[in-house]
Amino acid sequence: MIRVNGTEEAYYEGLTVMEYVRAKGYRTNRIAVEKNGEIVPKSAYESTVIKDGDSLEVVSFVGGG
Amino acid sequence: MVTRQELNDALAERHGGKLQEIFSRAGAAIAGLGGLGSNVAFNLARTGIGHLHLIDFDRVDITNLNRQQYFIHQIGMYKTEALKENLLKINPYLDIHTDCVKVEEGNVRELLAEDRYICEAFDKAENKAMLVNTVLEYFPEKYLVAASGMAGVGESNRIRTRKVTEHFYLCGDGTSDAEEGICLTAARAALCAAHQANLIVSLILENES
Repeated sequence: MIRVNGTEEAYYEGLTVMEYVRAKGYRTNRIAVEKNGEIVPKSAYESTVIKDGDSLEVVSFVGGG
Repeated sequence: MVTRQELNDALAERHGGKLQEIFSRAGAAIAGLGGLGSNVAFNLARTGIGHLHLIDFDRVDITNLNRQQYFIHQIGMYKTEALKENLLKINPYLDIHTDCVKVEEGNVRELLAEDRYICEAFDKAENKAMLVNTVLEYFPEKYLVAASGMAGVGESNRIRTRKVTEHFYLCGDGTSDAEEGICLTAARAALCAAHQANLIVSLILENES
């Protein structure tokens, strides 16, 4: 299991950050992803594999300021 | 003219001398000087946070007056200059540094190199995400206070402050999207800005004591 924004979720072997955020419908230019407390740079979404026990925070921004 | 000593004494009377000394020494950067940033700046200036770094490329527009801390005679001025003028009317002894530039991935590191506390106060979601990603990647030791979701009216208690990771906080309701046609109003934008300012003040107290 992995933990995303505080909730446990199932995952599959080899799941990348890019695959995860796309599957959840996030727009990659509006989010920040942290894995185990560290930012995952946009350039590393494709190469970063989510492993059992990982904790993700996906912060999605909306407009207004 | 009120002297620096008089103003400092007045702030110390309200906040306590110890706190005021910490506030006067501290500083924060505010990226984006709209409904969030101009209100954050007003709050930090009134608190007597001694060093403010104001960043925006835009000019004051008549449509900004519904929620941003500018005045009619300032329409057309750069927001950096207009806001500096207004903050100095609250406290002429503040050290205010301005950068009238568009913040982009390529200049974030240079712009924010000296700032320990960074307030993300942009309006577009893409710009918010860009700044947050860049700061967290290159400056993980700095404190970042971002905002997302403050459009509309009412529902005050949905606006909250969330600690995402050790140095990264997010204020707002997280969902109300001004880009989906929900209007931005003075009180709700100021609520979110007050969350950001209040957090910055408490982080300063926590870390600079």
